[in-house]
Amino acid sequence: MCLAIPGRVIRIYEENGLLMGEVDFGGVIKPACLAYVPDIQPDAYVLVHAGFALQRLDEAEVRTFHELWQDVMDAGRQKSLGEHPQ
Amino acid sequence: MKELARFRDPAVAQRVLREIHETLSKPRVIMEICGGQTHALLRHGIDQLLPAGLELVHGPGCPVCVTPVEIIDQAIALAARPQVVFTTFGDMMRVPGSGKDLLTVKSEGGDVRIVYSPLDAVAIARSNRDRKVVFLAIGFETTAPNTALAVAQAHRERLDNFSLLVSHMLVPPAMRALLQSPLNRVQAFLAAGHVCAVTGWQPYERIAEEFGVPIVVTGFETVDLLRGILGAVRQLETGEARVENAYERIVKKEGNPAALQQIHRVFEVCDRSWRGIGVLPESGWRLRPEWAAFDADKLFPAPGFAGPAVTECISGLILQGAKKPPQCPAFAVRCTPQTPLGATMVSGEGACAAYYRYRKSSGDGHGR
Ligand code: SF4
Repeated sequence: MCLAIPGRVIRIYEENGLLMGEVDFGGVIKPACLAYVPDIQPDAYVLVHAGFALQRLDEAEVRTFHELWQDVMDAGRQKSLGEHPQ
Repeated sequence: MKELARFRDPAVAQRVLREIHETLSKPRVIMEICGGQTHALLRHGIDQLLPAGLELVHGPGCPVCVTPVEIIDQAIALAARPQVVFTTFGDMMRVPGSGKDLLTVKSEGGDVRIVYSPLDAVAIARSNRDRKVVFLAIGFETTAPNTALAVAQAHRERLDNFSLLVSHMLVPPAMRALLQSPLNRVQAFLAAGHVCAVTGWQPYERIAEEFGVPIVVTGFETVDLLRGILGAVRQLETGEARVENAYERIVKKEGNPAALQQIHRVFEVCDRSWRGIGVLPESGWRLRPEWAAFDADKLFPAPGFAGPAVTECISGLILQGAKKPPQCPAFAVRCTPQTPLGATMVSGEGACAAYYRYRKSSGDGHGR
């Protein structure tokens, strides 16, 4: 029950006075309460746990991480090429 | 977002793994707090790819596992009342109380319904005004904001037939208790990323400082888990002890302020009993007195509790990282997911269930 998974907000609406959204989890669409991510926009990713979005996914952090690792991997490849000249 | 798949990229995972092997200089013990992480680590076989000197022990972060027997008994008594609709997350159905479980109560005619969100329980209260709808509010800081909002919503809609049976728990006091225990072997923690998504990591800074333990906020994908482990190993090797965030895309230092505000509006800190471990001071949340009209514990007097039955289940030691599931004499013999003797075998996030699922057939469950 404690698992939380990321999904993409595809529609935002109000129900019983609460901010709600339809969230797409890789093709499975489920409603989630968006009250804790009030300024969320459609297409943004959120982390959903037990029917509530608990955080937005920081897409800039995702990109920074990948750039960093791309550098590490590139450096690693060069290093191994340097160590084992063809 | 297709970039998310890269957190499972085997090439990146291999690279981090190699870094762990190159960094570790002597035996170390790291605990992952969260049961979801225990499952991910075993499912991907990460525990078996680590250097021999690096031991992962499994923590108490499985809410289903640590919900005390007395709450289950109270839930069972409530669910058997004819005017009550008892609502719960599905994985609580088979957790044994001192006598039976909720599934048995349902088969005996109790109106027990599984919900996905606490708001589903509020919806049941809305459409069944002649019944008393009780929601079993268990879980850590990840789930508390949801039940807090559900009860606030019931209040707003004047649904006086809705109440919560609350057994919410807090992670940092459990870490403290572990570190103070004479059984403790843990030298560093992987903090549960989704708990920190709500609380941020400030609550952990005092623990890191006071006990001199590295704490790394960790996510759930292979690369996330390996990065968390690498962060902990690096700190252990350099003698540091601070909080580090290895789950930047989800966790911010301040957590989710709106969720925290809602929690504090509805709940106050209390002592809480943990299944198999005992009462830990200031380790839970209960409804504030002004929410008593929604407190099932106040509305329906609890039956007397005789204390947990004596069993051979050692889940308390497992949840404190002192033992591993295969060290339990009942594991996979008398205790299986079909015939569970303890909550750590019932729960989808329990350590015993993880070992049963991922290690039993390979015959290597008895190793480290
Ligand atoms: S294997 Fe079963 S009896 Fe043994 S500790 Fe785990 S849940 Fe308890």
